[in-house]
Amino acid sequence: MSTEPLLRVENLTKYYGTRLGCADVSFELWPGEVLAIVGESGSGKTTLLNSLSATLEPNSGHTLYRMRDEQWRNIYDLSEAERRFLVRTDWGFVHQNPADGLRMTVSAGANVGERLMAVGDRHYGHIRDTALDWLGRVEIAADRIDDQPRSFSGGMRQRLQIARNLVAGPRLVFMDEPTGGLDVSVQARLLDLLRGLVGELGLAAIVVTHDLAVARLLSHRMMVMKDGRVIEAGLTDRVLDDPREPYTQLLVSSILQV
Amino acid sequence: MTALSVQNLSKTFTMHLRDGVVLPVVDNVNFHVQPGECVVLGGPSGAGKSSILKMVYGNYGVDAGSIVIQHHGQPVDLATADPRTVLTLRRDSIGYVSQFLRTVPRVSALDVVAEPLVIRGVDKAEAQGRARALLARLNLPERLWSLPPATFSGGEQQRVNIARGFITDHPVLLLDEPTASLDATNRAVVVAMISEKKTAGVALLGIFHDEDVREQVADRIIDVTAFAPRIAA
Repeated sequence: MSTEPLLRVENLTKYYGTRLGCADVSFELWPGEVLAIVGESGSGKTTLLNSLSATLEPNSGHTLYRMRDEQWRNIYDLSEAERRFLVRTDWGFVHQNPADGLRMTVSAGANVGERLMAVGDRHYGHIRDTALDWLGRVEIAADRIDDQPRSFSGGMRQRLQIARNLVAGPRLVFMDEPTGGLDVSVQARLLDLLRGLVGELGLAAIVVTHDLAVARLLSHRMMVMKDGRVIEAGLTDRVLDDPREPYTQLLVSSILQV
Repeated sequence: MTALSVQNLSKTFTMHLRDGVVLPVVDNVNFHVQPGECVVLGGPSGAGKSSILKMVYGNYGVDAGSIVIQHHGQPVDLATADPRTVLTLRRDSIGYVSQFLRTVPRVSALDVVAEPLVIRGVDKAEAQGRARALLARLNLPERLWSLPPATFSGGEQQRVNIARGFITDHPVLLLDEPTASLDATNRAVVVAMISEKKTAGVALLGIFHDEDVREQVADRIIDVTAFAPRIAA
């Protein structure tokens, strides 16, 4: 593990008008570490994720990111061009709905290849080979490379979105309910795939989920949010097996046993 | 040098969903485990044996006290360590064979066993080689190695779990009833594996309800009822 964090979040607060989105969130994230943010709908987890990924601008607080040149930058102070470059090259964002993260009317291969072009790859043969390799890694058959994701199933679309986000070698990936809305069998496959890729690539990731099983399987650490605030945080298995806060105990005890 | 030193450990559960009732678990737990020693936690069910193991592994938090583990020659207090430090301790210094295997969909038994080595940077082929050797020694039929253990029997899952816990050379190893669902042949294998760990200087802390096994492996038995919380009248 690296000796320096990749991300430092300090007292992040976001209001929508007078309504609280999230308040006073602080944490650090290291390379290779997966952090899960859990909580019910409306607890502020997506607001937090969108603030962290510079999609939203918070009212106060900082998100400091260690750039590839080792400089720490507050992501809200970056110029629009710098931010866009960061989002395309160093970060990934996996949306719950693949249609939000894919271009539905261009081919699967182009969806993946586009990210390589964004980081300066201009060699068509190389781009196509890399795209093929990545489709294989997310278990999409090679003969679907020229098909549009419109013709893909939900699970395939999600896997394509993951390939598109990981192909350029990001250091940090944000995921918003990456398995939400998928059948459980498709979910298991996707989770296993994500778990393998994150470990293999040594990525840092922040995963928003309301599913505690997803958090247990994917994350090292977790934060529990309620009413916009982090009420409990720590090692994932400790929070799940020895929850302290009333709300966390309620969440954990509400899991259905099969 | 003491491998594991537990001092003044205490633990309660506060059940917020049951009107905040406080369940005392253990109080003032004190013991040490030396390298090459197998210390067994004894006492009836519900005395807090498993809870102590879980605290020592960092799976349960503690209310007070310290759990000092030698980590690359440095003493580290796991009771107050941050999550990253706990994960590093688990990767390099403290192993745990839990009673039940938590399976991951689609991951083969072989990879489940090899994983602790792979995480430490051992080459995948080498890690799988060592996993094969352990699974063979524990008499797990070879046709099962490539399958995810979710559908295995209790005894088969337990052997996968044991192989996963024993594959590394962690200086501290925790064992929660590792022989509970095993037949006599495989119990004997596990007893032999525990002896080898002792010879290698590993400090073991375990729970064994099987008296035979306990007699064969235990250097000392700690009576956990001595740590029963005194409930104020």
